[in-house]
Amino acid sequence: MRYAMAVDTRKCVGCSDCVVACQTENDVPHGFCRDWVVEVMDGTYPQLEVEIRSERCNHCVNAPCVRCCPTGASHIVEGGIVLVTKKECIGCGACVASCPYDARYPHPGGYVDKCTFCEHRIKNGMAPACVAVCPTKCLYFGDFDDPNSSVSVVLKKRKHKTLIPEAGTIPQLYFLI
Amino acid sequence: MTSRREFIRISFIGAGALASGSGVLKAARTLSTSGGKESLKIDLRRTPTYCEVCFWKCAGWVYKTSEGKIWKIIGNDEDQHCNGRFCPRGTGGIGMYYDEDRLRTPLIRTEERGKQIFREASWDEALDHIAGKIRDITAKFGPESMALFTHGSGSSYYTTMFKALGSGNIAEPSYAQCRGPRDEAFFATFGEEAYSPEITDIRDTKCLVLIGSHIGENMHNGQIQEMSDAIDKGATIITVDPRFSTAAGKSKFWLPIKPATDIALLLAWMHEIIYNEHYDKKYVDKYCYGFDQLKAHVKDFTPEWAYGITTIKPDLIRKTAKEMADASPAMIVHPGRHVTWYGDDTQRIRAIAILNALLGSWGRRGGFYRPAKFDLPSTSLPPFKEPSKSWQDLFPGKFPVASSPVTNALIDASIPENKPEYPIKGWFVNGTNLIFTVPDQANTIKAIQNLDLLVVVDTMPMEITGWADVILPECTYLERYDALRVSPHRKPAIALRIPAAEPSYNTKSGYSIARELSVKLGLGSWFPFEKQEDLLDWQLKKVGSSLEEMKQTGVKNFDRDADDLYFADDEAVEFPTDSGKIELYSKYFEQSGFDPLPKYTPHEEPKEGFYRLIYGRAPMHTFSRTSNNPNLTDLMHENSVWINPKVAKEWGINSGQMIWLKNQDGIVSDFPVKVRVTERIRWDSVYMVHGFGHTRKQMKRCFGKGVSDTQMITHILVDPIMGGTGMRGNFVTFITEKSETEVAS
Repeated sequence: MRYAMAVDTRKCVGCSDCVVACQTENDVPHGFCRDWVVEVMDGTYPQLEVEIRSERCNHCVNAPCVRCCPTGASHIVEGGIVLVTKKECIGCGACVASCPYDARYPHPGGYVDKCTFCEHRIKNGMAPACVAVCPTKCLYFGDFDDPNSSVSVVLKKRKHKTLIPEAGTIPQLYFLI
Repeated sequence: MTSRREFIRISFIGAGALASGSGVLKAARTLSTSGGKESLKIDLRRTPTYCEVCFWKCAGWVYKTSEGKIWKIIGNDEDQHCNGRFCPRGTGGIGMYYDEDRLRTPLIRTEERGKQIFREASWDEALDHIAGKIRDITAKFGPESMALFTHGSGSSYYTTMFKALGSGNIAEPSYAQCRGPRDEAFFATFGEEAYSPEITDIRDTKCLVLIGSHIGENMHNGQIQEMSDAIDKGATIITVDPRFSTAAGKSKFWLPIKPATDIALLLAWMHEIIYNEHYDKKYVDKYCYGFDQLKAHVKDFTPEWAYGITTIKPDLIRKTAKEMADASPAMIVHPGRHVTWYGDDTQRIRAIAILNALLGSWGRRGGFYRPAKFDLPSTSLPPFKEPSKSWQDLFPGKFPVASSPVTNALIDASIPENKPEYPIKGWFVNGTNLIFTVPDQANTIKAIQNLDLLVVVDTMPMEITGWADVILPECTYLERYDALRVSPHRKPAIALRIPAAEPSYNTKSGYSIARELSVKLGLGSWFPFEKQEDLLDWQLKKVGSSLEEMKQTGVKNFDRDADDLYFADDEAVEFPTDSGKIELYSKYFEQSGFDPLPKYTPHEEPKEGFYRLIYGRAPMHTFSRTSNNPNLTDLMHENSVWINPKVAKEWGINSGQMIWLKNQDGIVSDFPVKVRVTERIRWDSVYMVHGFGHTRKQMKRCFGKGVSDTQMITHILVDPIMGGTGMRGNFVTFITEKSETEVAS
């Protein structure tokens, strides 16, 4: 089993509902976030193109944050989810520096925090908070190894890309283009 | 005009990588704000509500932690407005409750207006004070000298109070500052309005045309969801906007129109569709009145003619006209929502309505559906006193087509030198920050200075509260009952709001405020239920439900009486217009002294060095009311001014730089605003999100953040048909360094 998420950039309007839903669901302190929106614009008026992406931890198969963690607080659990054990984290920030996606932040509680794919929800059969709330339904989540999961189906059907593939991290966050 | 409520089915069932928004937040991640908390233990205690952060009123569930603390709000799966998915504002609605800058207790002014010096008062004292003043005004000038300005769920209670008092001067800025032109244009054409939520059948459309509507930035939840479904199904989106909006980025065709020329484009589309016989002939023959006059009217409005005005190439006008016709009748030219732009707005929306009629989209799948509304029983109340004078009597002959009182007419009638037929002497303002809502702030303040009484009900210390004589703090929607939501939709439905928490501080619900004040005014018999929950339970039991049952479901959907979401083939539809048909040619407008067919009129253009000020919405904020919400300021805490790179280069201005704006009347913005240099805006215009630049220090997070577009809007293009305040005829220039004198001004 390998959890993955696909973001449909053709539908995402960049409203940031994913951000605020994550913040309330996971009690992320004000001023911080585990997911965010990026807008990339190209062209000259009036020949313009824009890509809007909801981004978060890529839950990499080859995760530099896990490799560089001196205490083992950063680890990978079943389904490929990258997690941080708060109690074991010393807040050194090595993982923050190593992440090519800038997906981690130092929590004021003295540890490093990041997206968990809402592990507490998926254990109970619920979608991650960002997926559940998205008004455009542009987020697809599920088991990459299951050919019938919504994420597998949409990835088969649509052209997609990952971010910074050259980093060799094998990210599990896909963008439908 | 004949009855205007026919279309609706009343149901009587017994029962360069630029980070936007949160990208800004991301950059601020290193700024530590508050300490960490232990992860919350989840208790599935949830209470139903419907959202009050905007007018869409999505139904949802408020979840609390096991400690009883409000934790999160999640959409109700059964609700047609949201389908279980709240928008960012609704999700962040908890911030309204947690905002520590909220109004906490009634306040009475102790010094002259504008000085903002208040003393705390008990509810009894505050309401006695207000009742005394209302009695004085009523005795001296008559009850119609009291005016109500209102917005949101509390409106119905104060409306009852005003009607009982004998005043019909009840105005909502959502009319003359927002959707009024749309309402009147659709009434004139179809005999029906476009409703809220709009009856646009976007989920099944094949072609969606947006004239300046920025769905995706305006976060009207159901519409966004359906637009997303339409994208999935491969629908064509055509966006007409001088700005490359989010919707433009999703569109097959973006028409980067020169601002203020939309009517020319709409006329050219009509020309193309009529003279190429692309219109729905059967539909037009059967249902429409005035086709021949329309055909003659648009004869010369060719795409070439429109090109010279709109800067949209004739080929593109032809191609998009064909695209719409091919999708007909499953196509929608969206009626828009905030449409008070240039003063000829009713005529622009008339052109939109006519185009829809030509392509047969009204009453058709993928076009406009017939809404259904649940009919709630009401208690029998004493009859209301018929007001002896109406708002139209203030300035006889003005705005003859307006079907609702016009805010700006009531404001103007509060200024004696305008010589109204009778004076407005007292304002009761509920849930609307008039200073940021109505343009020409100086005029509003002048009106306030002439009042004998200004009462403001709000949850936050908005600008308007600073001018009040008495401030009444309302509790937030998460702390109160409210009337059952019965907004029309595809199915008739009701939604319940109950308090998830007790009112914080010394605040009260709108119902309690209106009832207690009414009792003091001797009008208590119009509020027979002391507690609103008893009224709700009474109403629900009458229709075969109960408060207890609704607490479990939050929402109850009913079947339609008949399978009539769309017109049946060959259905003989009687439209509630004078002719009984869809009026392409409006006899009603003609009789009222206005053009029966829309015309293009050129509008003023910016002078050298000035740029047209265009404003809009951000998906994470509603008007100016959410600017201090701690959850939403996390997503966006200030606005920026969008400037085309060519213009920025001329001025030597860079992204991130702070500049002041100055308008054509010499008004300099109170605060500086951050520049966003972007190709997404035309060189003759600038753009900013509405609702920022707050001037009250009591709102700590939003004070001085960005510029208020309303402050810059002093030249008003009033729509003579219905009184709408056109706000897009204002031009700004830039001040890169502010001199001492300008700072002082």
